[in-house]
Amino acid sequence: MHPLRGAIAIVGAADTAVGVVPHMGATELCVDAALRALADAGLRKDQVDGLITCNAMAEPCMYHAETIAEYLQIFPRYCVSAATGGGTTFAALHQAASAIMAGLCHTVLITMADSLRSGMSRDQAMKTQSSCGHPQFESPYGPTVPSLYALIARAHMAAYGTTPEQMAEVAVACRAHAALHPGAQMREPITVQNVLASRLIADPLHLLDCSLVSDGGAAVIVTSAERARDFPHAPVYLLGIGEGHSHEHISQAHSLTTSAARESGERAYAMAGLGPSDMQFAQLYDCFTPTVMVELEDLGFCGVGESGPFVQEGHIRLGGRIPVNTHGGLLSHCHPGNPGSMFALTESVQQLRGNAGVRQVPGAKVGLAHAQGGIMSSHATIILGTERN
Amino acid sequence: MDAHAGKHFPRPTPVSRPYWDACREGRLLLQLCSGCHKHQFYPRIVCSHCGASTLEWAQASGRGTVQSFTVVRRPVSPGYAADTPYVIALIALAEGPVMMSNVVGCAPEDVNVGMPVEVLFETWSEEITVPKFHPVATGA
Repeated sequence: MHPLRGAIAIVGAADTAVGVVPHMGATELCVDAALRALADAGLRKDQVDGLITCNAMAEPCMYHAETIAEYLQIFPRYCVSAATGGGTTFAALHQAASAIMAGLCHTVLITMADSLRSGMSRDQAMKTQSSCGHPQFESPYGPTVPSLYALIARAHMAAYGTTPEQMAEVAVACRAHAALHPGAQMREPITVQNVLASRLIADPLHLLDCSLVSDGGAAVIVTSAERARDFPHAPVYLLGIGEGHSHEHISQAHSLTTSAARESGERAYAMAGLGPSDMQFAQLYDCFTPTVMVELEDLGFCGVGESGPFVQEGHIRLGGRIPVNTHGGLLSHCHPGNPGSMFALTESVQQLRGNAGVRQVPGAKVGLAHAQGGIMSSHATIILGTERN
Repeated sequence: MDAHAGKHFPRPTPVSRPYWDACREGRLLLQLCSGCHKHQFYPRIVCSHCGASTLEWAQASGRGTVQSFTVVRRPVSPGYAADTPYVIALIALAEGPVMMSNVVGCAPEDVNVGMPVEVLFETWSEEITVPKFHPVATGA
């Protein structure tokens, strides 16, 4: 058995207010998330000896984790700013687990936040958007982030006959779940027709195929399974984790219709000794609707090329075969950039604690979350469970 | 030249300069590995197929097919507003490598996956000429 399997657990998890949160900047949101997670775990700040953050676009710092440690006046012996785009959150969990296993520290606070909605100057927003793509061999052609994901959508349509209606169902399912989450940014139910009637951003992607732009943060506290017994909430164990990294620029991808989610998923399943049919929910990275289609296939929830009909048949809804993004995901809960998947993590913890209220997956004992960054570039898959063995 | 003001101008590096110099002369160059005889793009100091460092420049046919594409309806920045809507495409070159480009010379609605295309060159400044693609004329 892999030494990491069941070796660490999440003992604290919390979100800040999300959506439009103008009364706090990115740094304050990061600190607020940390304080909430500490309270959830019943810990004093000096009981944390590891800190992992990621930089904020709205308030970038040269040394982000050190800035947050200084603000909080904590003095960790392990302190890292992680950066693999949207995959940062679970890559950070991988680093935290490794650091604890290696004895570098015993309890790690992972806190991430950004203020993309309220905290970005117009110049910052423009610069961030126009910096996408390879500076010599992609950017001159004027790609936008949605356009790069549209290339994946179009390739999937051409290869498998996937339709815009099927992709739209991903957005509809996420919205239906967000409607059950009191903190979600967008809670008004939508239909496939609403998605298709929203304006085209980059064919075939409509506005409602694209994730939100949000303020918000979330944090978790991770410690060894041994220590995890003495916390107010039942521990949520890390049963499997895996990463996969295939490229940075989409024009260098070896495939447009599959991704390194396949490798990250295989690694996580192998560590956990579990497979896709064992998962009771899947929080899948949903920066755009086609991302979820590719992930459903790569992570083994349906066959290659079959995600269109799979989604259309309602299998990713609560009550379906594999409920996806029970909190609403980046499409409807919130998307403050790199920290986006932190909410998939905190939602997974709530589901496994049985605290998800009206959106609870009945009897949830094991679930999967997947994050990716770049343009299907860096992938990290985690499998969490309520039982260590 | 003013038509391209505000666009993202590539900055040639020592390794990529021959590529951009050739574009200025209306030629599309790829690196060709003399070890494994495969082409690669973008330019590197090492062959991405076999790891050899014996790379030469070879003129490409300039022909390829559209591997995937999208029509950008909201420009990335004001410099691209006059071109909007514009087609971003991945072009599978006849020699093997894939490159990103714009498909021009036809209505965006007429682009499709698998469409044969051919390179053309758009001069942006004295130093920079950018390769783009247009549909191969029927019967050509």
